[in-house]
Amino acid sequence: MSAGTRKIDVTVTDVVEVNELVKRFRFERSDGGEMPTFSGGAHTVVEMRDGDVTRLNPYSLMSDPRDRRAFTISVRRDEAGRGGSLYMHRQVRIGDRMVLSYPVNLFALDLRAKKHLMIAGGIGITPFLAQIKQLSATGGRFELHYSVRTAALGSYAGELAGRFPANVHVYHDDQSQVIDLARLLDGQPLGTHLYVCGPKGMIDWVIRTATDHGWPAEAVHYEEFLAPQSGKPFEVTLASTGRVITVGEHQSMLEALEAAGVDAPYLCRGGACGQCETDVVRHEGHFIHRDHWLTDDQKTCGKKIMPCVSRFEGKSLVIDR
Amino acid sequence: MTRFQFPKSIASRPVYGRLTARPGSAHLMVADAEGAEALLDLAAAAPGLMERAHVIYLPKTTGATYARRLETLSPAQLYIGPSYPAAEPRLRKALSDAHMGLQVYLAGTEGLMGQAMREAIEAGIPAGAIQTEHRGSVARRMQCVHCKGITEDVTTDPFVCAHCGLNLFVRDHYSRRMAAFQGVCIDAEDPGDVPPSKELYS
Repeated sequence: MSAGTRKIDVTVTDVVEVNELVKRFRFERSDGGEMPTFSGGAHTVVEMRDGDVTRLNPYSLMSDPRDRRAFTISVRRDEAGRGGSLYMHRQVRIGDRMVLSYPVNLFALDLRAKKHLMIAGGIGITPFLAQIKQLSATGGRFELHYSVRTAALGSYAGELAGRFPANVHVYHDDQSQVIDLARLLDGQPLGTHLYVCGPKGMIDWVIRTATDHGWPAEAVHYEEFLAPQSGKPFEVTLASTGRVITVGEHQSMLEALEAAGVDAPYLCRGGACGQCETDVVRHEGHFIHRDHWLTDDQKTCGKKIMPCVSRFEGKSLVIDR
Repeated sequence: MTRFQFPKSIASRPVYGRLTARPGSAHLMVADAEGAEALLDLAAAAPGLMERAHVIYLPKTTGATYARRLETLSPAQLYIGPSYPAAEPRLRKALSDAHMGLQVYLAGTEGLMGQAMREAIEAGIPAGAIQTEHRGSVARRMQCVHCKGITEDVTTDPFVCAHCGLNLFVRDHYSRRMAAFQGVCIDAEDPGDVPPSKELYS
């Protein structure tokens, strides 16, 4: 398959329960070779063969970018999700063979920054783990503000605070500790870049506050992988062949295309990178756009769709594939 | 007329906009000559902005015309100086003391805006976040690509390099790092064959 990036055959060499919601997985190349290097903030797409269903879920790499022996990810169990995280938690064992994509970075550090200010919420900590390893190796200046529900659920909070006591600040929801964002943003030296990864509400709050406080958009970076959401089944017609493909209730349009053998492009599978942008030839109905890629104008004009996360409701949809 | 619409050119050539007030914790304004008009317009459109503004102004040949009017706006800080090199230490100090949330507004000639922008970028502000508005002279700050000397306020094309004396063709090729357009020898193939010099954009 030419879509996505190149693939790596790996073996699971470690599975660790970090806390009651999060498990960490370590992957090494099955052929004994080295893993590709990456930069902090990169993710890999994990292929999961779950019976008849193939899931492709992106996870941020949290290991040291310079460590060529293995890739490490942490997966938070999502009971209400479509099953990817549950598969990782329940099915994956040490010794299993799996397939990962080459790393792709949509949340890279801007190395022109004079300082990196990081805001993490919950499992959103994972890309920062790799970025902090990268920055501490290169002498980069950083400060992390990490919001967790409880100390027990604060993945890696203890080790980060222990290793970088001057740079890491942990906030516990159950103790009503809240990041004083306005004050934090106003006190940053010129040339600081802001990074946020966490729940959607937190990302929106940080972006909105930064904008209100005069931070330039170029200095505000965020990563929010959208998991495709379930919805009503719909049909999509390929303009090239006239083939009609049904997108199931719990399937994304991209997954339906792939299941039908269509080699559709993708990278992030989370509405962020723009790789899967697809032209709409005709449609009768309305789009449910859920991506961060298309502009508001593009979303209303009805000529584009991002099949990784967006859906359609109506009579007919013909796409340029 | 102090506004000039530069014709569309190569991607390297800077383009300028109109200053508008943006939310921010502090406001730094740098202008020369007729650039003061852009600050006066900005102040009129955004009452209250000047109370938090640090204005660095270089009247050049305009004398007291604009300086007086800027004084009446009562900015938090107002520096009126004789030249960009004289003002540069103050600009650097203002940038090094600043925090995120600072808004930078540049107005006037290309040479002034380019040099102030270079300092602001160096201080860590992304180029796209720095506002500019061209007013006044279309004179350019030129770098001779041969001797690397800078000739300020070039208004004709071709012109003679103030350092090495070559006849230079005025290009739209711009260097943000040098804050200068590039001047290239126009008679290298045929020394002495120099077309008559014309006013820029005449």
